[in-house]
Amino acid sequence: MAEKKLMKGNEALAEGTVQAGCRFFAGYPITPQNEVPEYLSWRLPEVDGKFVQAESEVAAINMIYGAAATGVRCMTSSSSPGISLKQEGISYCAGADLPFFYANVVRGGPGLGNIAGAQGDYFQSTRGGGHGDYKVFVMAPDSVNEMANFPRKCYEIAYKYRIPTMVLADGIIGQMMEPVEFEYPEVDVSKLPEQDWALGISKGRERRRVNSYDLREGQLEIMVNDRVKKYKEIEENEVMYEEIMTEDADIILVAYGTSARVSMAALKMAREKGLKVGLFRPITLWPYPKKKLAELGDRVNNFLVVEMSLGQMVEDVMLSLNGKSKVFFYGRPGGSVITAEEVLKAIEDTSKKGAKEHATIK
Amino acid sequence: MQLLNKKPESLTDVQMRYCPGCGHGVVHRLVAEVMDELNIRDKTIGVAPVGCAVFADEYFNCDMIQGPHGRGPAIATGIKRAKPEAIVFSYQGDGDLASIGMAEIVHSAIRSENITIIFINNAIYGMTGGQMAPTTLVGQKATTCVYGRDPKLQGYPIQMSEMLATIKGTTYIERTAVHTAPLVIKTKNAIKKAFQNQIDGKGFSIVEILSTCPTNWRMTPVKATDYVKDKMMEIFPLGVYKDSDGGK
Repeated sequence: MAEKKLMKGNEALAEGTVQAGCRFFAGYPITPQNEVPEYLSWRLPEVDGKFVQAESEVAAINMIYGAAATGVRCMTSSSSPGISLKQEGISYCAGADLPFFYANVVRGGPGLGNIAGAQGDYFQSTRGGGHGDYKVFVMAPDSVNEMANFPRKCYEIAYKYRIPTMVLADGIIGQMMEPVEFEYPEVDVSKLPEQDWALGISKGRERRRVNSYDLREGQLEIMVNDRVKKYKEIEENEVMYEEIMTEDADIILVAYGTSARVSMAALKMAREKGLKVGLFRPITLWPYPKKKLAELGDRVNNFLVVEMSLGQMVEDVMLSLNGKSKVFFYGRPGGSVITAEEVLKAIEDTSKKGAKEHATIK
Repeated sequence: MQLLNKKPESLTDVQMRYCPGCGHGVVHRLVAEVMDELNIRDKTIGVAPVGCAVFADEYFNCDMIQGPHGRGPAIATGIKRAKPEAIVFSYQGDGDLASIGMAEIVHSAIRSENITIIFINNAIYGMTGGQMAPTTLVGQKATTCVYGRDPKLQGYPIQMSEMLATIKGTTYIERTAVHTAPLVIKTKNAIKKAFQNQIDGKGFSIVEILSTCPTNWRMTPVKATDYVKDKMMEIFPLGVYKDSDGGK
């Protein structure tokens, strides 16, 4: 077992990204993710990597577009308003089939909002985010340890399928400190394979082009549909989730990231009161673990979705269950943190409501 | 028979779609000739803009990338930092570089990125159909200022070369034109120098090239060359604005 280190979420993410082979970073300061660029500004030069503080988020994502086109493992990070600014560039990367990794350490929105942790960017992350039809592989860590280890998985997926990948964290996970264990050996970038699409020295080969346009009639449709094939493959093969005490559960909590941690605490309190509560934690938000949820829906009547938002993932839960079970929601927007007591009360309400409604409906 | 002239190797065989009398084709050829002469075609990566030159990634016979409007210098920064052994150029028009991409061009100059910028200034948005550009002359008509540019409403045309020359990190800045044969030769020399500087690691070089847009200026190609000579060159004087050993 590797040694454990006490690290801040954002720093663990940054170190994990370097260990996963990242050698180029461009970003722009924004709270609560500033430890990421600060850490990488000294860490990347240590491994012969490049760090650029860009003039804006827009410039940063375009530096990534350029760097990613050369095949180097690269990264940018930001927080909600900054990620909004990056969406055009992310769309270009998706449209040009460029692999890269980014992190959104989400804060309260909309607008300037606040700098507290929130989960209001779920729709933006899981629906592509920018213009046009595309998907981004989204992982939602619920601990500093996952912040450290998810970049590795994101790069694997990014290069395997040539798509943008991201970690959707929040200000709480970014700022808190926990013991971290880097679960994988550090990637040796000199052993990474040459990419047969990457721009560079074209001596002895055909020239290469990276772009996201095709104005010929019908051609763009073909291009987008080609991409759909890999999206289907990802939905088939790359889904990740965690189940806790769902076997005998009457009510299943569905939550990701910080909400999952709070829900876990509420689950323990509810179990002590004799309520049979389980927790389903999606780890990949796209692809969403809809098949597994649907399976659970075959035998569980009540689902309670907990989010630090007005309710965004709850729509995916409803789509997954497709009317099989009752879906309840508890959430708070604006960067307000949900407490375990609040979730416990929501569980108790669900227990009463669920029983009552089923008594009348079924 | 003796071969006197041929298409540069650094251009593809794709037929360009530029309008008759447009300067883009001339400048493309000059960039390609320079790439041939400096023998850098197989290590050059070009960045195509949004605008009339959007298809430049079809025309230049080297590795090419086409990116979002105005972001060429940021894309070039990413490429050059990630792959310093490559020669990187960004080809941009005046809407691209001086309007939406103002921040990227200025900050790549501030960082003294070791890249080459080819800047086509024809004082109009071409691809979108003749809207006012930040470089549109006072009194010049455009589809979004049908009575002519009025400084009270739209300010004055921005002189990019003069402005960039005030930035300490810049290495080489020259404004040229391509409406006469001697100026074409002068422009080629400027482009060559801008690439040579990058090869020598000297830092940020930009060549601003005054160009014609007969289609959107609503002029014949001949009248358009007169317009460059009589009107544009008054506001955008040709010359070397910066020639230093480099910000690096």
